[in-house]
Amino acid sequence: MKREGERTGVFTRRALLLMGGQVSVLGLLGARLYQVQVNEGARYTTLANENRISARMVAPPRGRILDRYGTVIGGNITNWRAIMMVEQSNNIAGTLDTFANLLSLSDWERSRIERELHRRRKYIPILLREFLSWDEMALIEVNAPDLPGIVVDSGTTRHYPFGQKLAHVVGYVAPPNEADVADDPLLALPGLRIGRSGMEKYHDVAMRGRAGALQLEVNAVGRVIRELDREEGIPGEDVSLTIDAGLQGAVLNMMGDESASAVVMDCRNGEVLAMATNPSFDPSVFNSGVSETQWLEWTKDKRTPLINKATSGLYAPGSTFKMAVALAGLEAKAITPGDRIDCPGYLDLGDTRFHCWRKGGHGMLDLRGGLKNSCDVYFYEVARRVGVDHIAAMSNRMGLGVELELDLPGQRVGLVPTREWRISRGHAWNMGDTIVSGIGQGYIQVTPLQLATYVSRLASGRMVQPHLTRSIAGVVQPGAQADDWPVIGLPDKMLHTVREGMWAVVNEQGGTAPLAKLADPTMQLAGKTGSAQVRRVSREMRESGNFDSEKLPWEYRPHALFVAYAPYDSPRYALSVVIEHGNAGAAAAAPLAQAIMTETLRRDPANRTDALPRQMAEVGR
Amino acid sequence: MMDRRLWREPSFDIMAKILQIIWIYVLLLCALAAVGYTALYSAAGGAPEPYATRHALRFAFGLVLALAISLVDIRWIAKLAWPAWIGGVALLVLVLRMGHVGKGAQRWLELGGLQLQPSELMKLALVLALASWFHRASWERMGNPLFLIPPIIATLIPVGLILKEPNLGTATITALLGGCIFFAAGVRWWKFLLVILPIPLLARVAYSHLHDYQRARIDTFMHPESDPLGAGYNIIQSKIALGSGGMWGKGFLQGTQGHLDFLPEKQTDFIFTMIGEEFGLVGGLAVMTLLAFIILGGMLIALRCRHQFGRLVALGIACNFFLYVFVNIAMVMGAIPVGGVPLPLVSHGGSAMLTVMVGFGILLSVHVHRDVEFPPARDRY
Repeated sequence: MKREGERTGVFTRRALLLMGGQVSVLGLLGARLYQVQVNEGARYTTLANENRISARMVAPPRGRILDRYGTVIGGNITNWRAIMMVEQSNNIAGTLDTFANLLSLSDWERSRIERELHRRRKYIPILLREFLSWDEMALIEVNAPDLPGIVVDSGTTRHYPFGQKLAHVVGYVAPPNEADVADDPLLALPGLRIGRSGMEKYHDVAMRGRAGALQLEVNAVGRVIRELDREEGIPGEDVSLTIDAGLQGAVLNMMGDESASAVVMDCRNGEVLAMATNPSFDPSVFNSGVSETQWLEWTKDKRTPLINKATSGLYAPGSTFKMAVALAGLEAKAITPGDRIDCPGYLDLGDTRFHCWRKGGHGMLDLRGGLKNSCDVYFYEVARRVGVDHIAAMSNRMGLGVELELDLPGQRVGLVPTREWRISRGHAWNMGDTIVSGIGQGYIQVTPLQLATYVSRLASGRMVQPHLTRSIAGVVQPGAQADDWPVIGLPDKMLHTVREGMWAVVNEQGGTAPLAKLADPTMQLAGKTGSAQVRRVSREMRESGNFDSEKLPWEYRPHALFVAYAPYDSPRYALSVVIEHGNAGAAAAAPLAQAIMTETLRRDPANRTDALPRQMAEVGR
Repeated sequence: MMDRRLWREPSFDIMAKILQIIWIYVLLLCALAAVGYTALYSAAGGAPEPYATRHALRFAFGLVLALAISLVDIRWIAKLAWPAWIGGVALLVLVLRMGHVGKGAQRWLELGGLQLQPSELMKLALVLALASWFHRASWERMGNPLFLIPPIIATLIPVGLILKEPNLGTATITALLGGCIFFAAGVRWWKFLLVILPIPLLARVAYSHLHDYQRARIDTFMHPESDPLGAGYNIIQSKIALGSGGMWGKGFLQGTQGHLDFLPEKQTDFIFTMIGEEFGLVGGLAVMTLLAFIILGGMLIALRCRHQFGRLVALGIACNFFLYVFVNIAMVMGAIPVGGVPLPLVSHGGSAMLTVMVGFGILLSVHVHRDVEFPPARDRY
């Protein structure tokens, strides 16, 4: 029994020791619990909130683009898309596999998604697929349990009701690239587009708006439990253009299949009412991605549908340049309006002979006659007298060969050569170069928009700049009034002389462009033809006598040009027309110009005689 | 006088036995189960289904079982000790051969719709077997190293089998449990030192032989933030849940971590986190106090018992419960590597509840039969 007592004693001691150990271990756990829950409580509370609260940015609707009468030419339509909340899926690869199987995602799409997964921040959802059909949406919704983190949401996408008719003006939007996103995190939102050309690009920031923020309570797999807070974004601003969408459409219809461009401007303030380029492309294609075949088709077309010929097409102005030469001569006092110059059909300079377009010559001509007949020899002589530098200075002043203050990206500057320019390139300037400059050939290259600007300045006497923006968010931009533009600083009489010549071109018996005469007897159009050779006509071809541009292959034919303004007595609209490889300006471009001007005048809201029905006019009286 | 004699009888009246059950201890168990019911009600998002009702039914069944066992004569139970040990080892072998694989380990046996975790039963059987072995040992014999060899083998065989499943956590708990009984039985201090001292060295060797998932557990325990979405996720989310609970908690059914599913396995391993989030430090400490009462109550039952078998069994069961509690709570607080050990009577889960209640049944039986004549077998020396 003694032994038994000893054993019991040992047990009791050791059991008490164990109890002490257990109590102290539990005490330590309690202390640890105190440390986690009380000492570090605040930190963990923050973490718990970070867990459950998911902040999301809400993409603002992009501002619309309107024409001058408020017609929507670039708007938004609903776009159903599948997006993935990365933070809500714990098996991203698996979920993507399931999604890829359901909607047959291409490898290309898959690699894009993976690229985005890689670089996007966690809180920014990733766009999986856009423009979902009803069937695809149903497929996603039915399989929602297998697609944690994937939701269908309605975004907006860009829609261009006028499609290719305004493609080059409106431009297009495309998904932003990584460099864009680095500048503005808003762009990382799925489906957000950035303007890539045209007005979409120029006014991109104004139309983009500001993102809203959404605070959502989510669970561990990302299901939204409730909305905690919502801050609405600010929609992008609407931009109203000076463009008349109806006129633009009409102009494009008139162009048919020709590779052509035309610009209609309000010559008093530089507002561009129409800027047509034919052929064109459908800008909404860029929204969803351009297919390779489509791209090849565009790039292989000799008529260059992707290039805005109005601002980026460079052409020799040909005879349309003669008004600038005349003004240069008048201003430099090298000629007077009454000076008569004899045209025997050619001008000899040393052993080089420069021909007039009319084989027999025009005889004695004053300035008015020179313009009316578009006599080459007359302007060879003027150019010879005044010198190329004066011509260049005057043309730059009229808007030719200089950068215009245009609010459309991508304009080209062109060139009106000077001696200095030629010498800086290591060549001597020859008198022959001056002489061909007199008829707008040689090194001179201008854009149709520059031609329209040139005629506007000629007609209005103001230094108007072409522009497409009329108002942003309802605020009319400066430049809408004629008084916003400085006067050109040439004597009115001088301008008038030249205008008179242009009037005679169209309205006088024997003028070169009778086809441009307006049908409406109350209004008159003043204009000037032009043909721009695309390659040098050799002496042999000319002397062999069988030179006929009609028989040349299309791409060697000269461009047909026409510039005009109307009404003659009270100038309001200026236009320029270029038909690529259209041969003679008088035959091809003048009738188109006449049709465009007729439509422009018909659409003029001030043109009461034509626009108001008879009864209303009588009521008014 | 009559009464005392009565208890020494081999079998005494059923009614008398029922009166000897410590009802206050039963009440403590019921309180703990009620805590479990509350927590599981919350874990289901404020509904009795699917956890809480089943938990209550299982506890009710377990309680009836425990009360029935408490009336079984402890000497009878002692006779079952070694058969139980053999049965436990057999089941462990069976689970290695045809067990269900979970988390890279074979742990469960499917027995007629019941999930059986043999390692849980084994711990109970080991306690009985060791208690039965040491029951007949005098203080002198305890000093004889040869006498210690059979119980050491009896401990190492199940520990080895559990390690092979592989289930490092339970194997460690089983080994520690065996150690507690050896200690209480009076094995000399220096022998313990002999075993404990080389452990750090062995641990290093063992680490290189561990499974990847076990190594990952230890690594993430050391640096949980290094892998916030992988293996460290559980620990981080659990600490966030506990910490955000603060002093008073977010309130019943208001825990965001639990209800928004950030907390993994909240109805099983991380049920204590759930309680800590919703009831704060106050609630957590209250539950820990309740658990401490149950543990210490078991130890007191051991101290009160008059025979070595009962003493060792009661101590073993109390220590087993303590180890459960310690591993689970330390785990959810990120104090030890995650081990997949539930909080007994609180966590959702059938087989653990059953074995724990069988254990408490035996514990109660020890107390009912604390004074019975249970002489050690004749000393052969």
